[in-house]
Parts: sequence; structure tokens; C-alpha cells
Amino acid sequence: MKKRNFFLILLLLPKDAFSMHIMEGFLPVYWAAFWWAVILPFLFFGIRNIKKIITENHELKMMLAAAGAFAFVLSALKLPSMTGSCSHPTGVGLGAVMFGPSVMSVLGFIVLLFQALLLAHGGITTLGANTFSMGIAGPLIAFFVFRLCRKIKIKTSVAVFSAAALGDLGTYLVTSAQLAFAHPDIHAGVPASFAKFAGIFAVTQLPLAIIEGIVTVFVYNLFQTYAREEFRGIEIIQGYQRRES
Amino acid sequence: MIRTMIKNRIAQVAMIILVIGLAVFPLIVNKNAEFAGADDRAGAAIAEQNPDYKPWFSSIWTPPSSEVASMLFALQAAAGSGVVCFAVGFYVGRSRST
Repeated sequence: MKKRNFFLILLLLPKDAFSMHIMEGFLPVYWAAFWWAVILPFLFFGIRNIKKIITENHELKMMLAAAGAFAFVLSALKLPSMTGSCSHPTGVGLGAVMFGPSVMSVLGFIVLLFQALLLAHGGITTLGANTFSMGIAGPLIAFFVFRLCRKIKIKTSVAVFSAAALGDLGTYLVTSAQLAFAHPDIHAGVPASFAKFAGIFAVTQLPLAIIEGIVTVFVYNLFQTYAREEFRGIEIIQGYQRRES
Repeated sequence: MIRTMIKNRIAQVAMIILVIGLAVFPLIVNKNAEFAGADDRAGAAIAEQNPDYKPWFSSIWTPPSSEVASMLFALQAAAGSGVVCFAVGFYVGRSRST
């Protein structure tokens, strides 16, 4: 009986939801410009870090490409959700855990640029805001969750799962905050608007976050098992091992 | 040793089933939904929130049909998984050969 009620509640929830990317033109000019300005320093550091990784540990080049490609795959998979619409995972957790958040800002930017130009998904004017939520906020959350889990000695696979899943959820929360700031509720202001946007996809996104977490653990484990040498380099980047010599 | 291997295998299979289940479950429970791209609904939500707002910029290029759009999405996923699988295959092959 209780189970039935739960499903009823799910079915009665508002049917309109939105996927993570803010559509082209749906942020006022000053907000669009603001987010573009915010992401530029992250992109700068990201490009510098990528260069550093490639020159210092050039054997990691393929791993880096794979982390970017993983985000490419996952963000192309529009999955059906409980609310009757579709949304997609981000796939940035893997790279954030392996290479740190600044690298993912660049990779996320590339994914979003592809989708904005060729798929009319997201947009050029909103690219700054979308890069901030998916390429910076999500990876930052994933990175720190992973760090925290490792510090309190949680199993690596659980740490990776939590990092990826919470990074995915965080991305969507940041998106709703961005929308709420740009489009506050006429009567009740920003918080009411945020509650509305965030409430819509709390249900939509939770299963997707779990999927993203599991898939990320799979790929992470594959790399950890079969690419032992490269993983030594990654642990140096993660700060668990000192560079020898 | 063998026991932990079997345990891991079972956990892996269970996780794969969970992933598939989570993706398929909404289709079964919510049979009448249209599962449309959620993007268009963002516009509606914003219009409700902020009726005076007019989008000031529209996409430079939009895929001419949903078929073309899904082809491009498939292309994105295929290209990405190609790179991931190439890397995994490379590492697996190398670790077996040494």
C-alpha cells in the first residue's frame, strides 16, 4: 500500500522538467556575461594543467583523452526519467577524480561547445553558465567528495561512486540556482524560484546520478586494474604518492 | 581468493542489472508520458516564472529534424565510447602481454 502511494506521488509530480543545460538565450545578457567571466580563469588554469600533465606524464595522454571521451558518451545518453521526460548524466566525475577539477573545466567546455553548435542543446550565450555547472561545480564537488572519502578510508569504489553521483546532482542544483538568480519568482524571489527549479529534477536526476556513479566505478576499476603504471602517475596527481627521484 | 572473485562477479552483475533497471523502470511505470526532450520545457518553466522574459538569442544552427539530432547524439556517444574502448583495450592487451 505504502509503495503504491509512493508511485502515485511520483506520477502526480509536475510533469515539466528540464535537462541540465540552460537553453540558448534563456539567460539575460548580464548573467550570460557574468558566467562567461567566471569560467575564463578556470579554463586558463585547466589548459595549463593539461599541458603540464601531458609534458610531465605523457603516458597519461591517452587516459586523459579517455576521461574526456567518457564525459562525451555519458552526456549524449538521454535517459528516460520518472517525471516522464528525459535528462542525461554528466560523466565529468571520472576525470575530476583522476585528474582534478581544473582539467575537467576544459573537457566539459569542449563537450558543451559541441552540443551547443551541432545539437542546439545548451547554447553559446549560456555556455559560460553551463560550463560553470557541469565543468566546474560538478567536478569540484566530485573531487572534494572523493578526497574526503579517501581521507576517512572509505573503499575506493564507494568513494568514486559517491563522487560521481554527488557531482552529477550538484551540477543540477547549480543549474537551478543559476536559473533562479536569473529568473527569480515575481512574488517570493530567488529562494522560491530555486525551490521550484530544484524540486522539479530532484526526482528526475536521482536515478541518473546513481547510474552515473555505477558506470564511473566500472570504468575507474578497469583503468585501475589494467593500467597500473599510469595509475601511479594519477596517484601523484591525486597527491597520494610523492614523485620518485 | 576464488570466493572473493565470485563475490565481485556477482556484485558486478547486480550493478549492471541495477543500471538497466533504473533506465527501464520509468518506461514501465510511466507508460503514457511522452519522454520528450526536457529542454523545451525549460522555456515553459521560465515563461511561468518570468512572463516578461524574451529569449534574446537563438541557436546559430538547429538540427533540421529529430532524426538528424539523434544521429548527432549517436555520433557523440559512438566517438566517445570508441576512445574509451580503445584505451581500455590497449591497457588490457598490454597487461596481458607482459
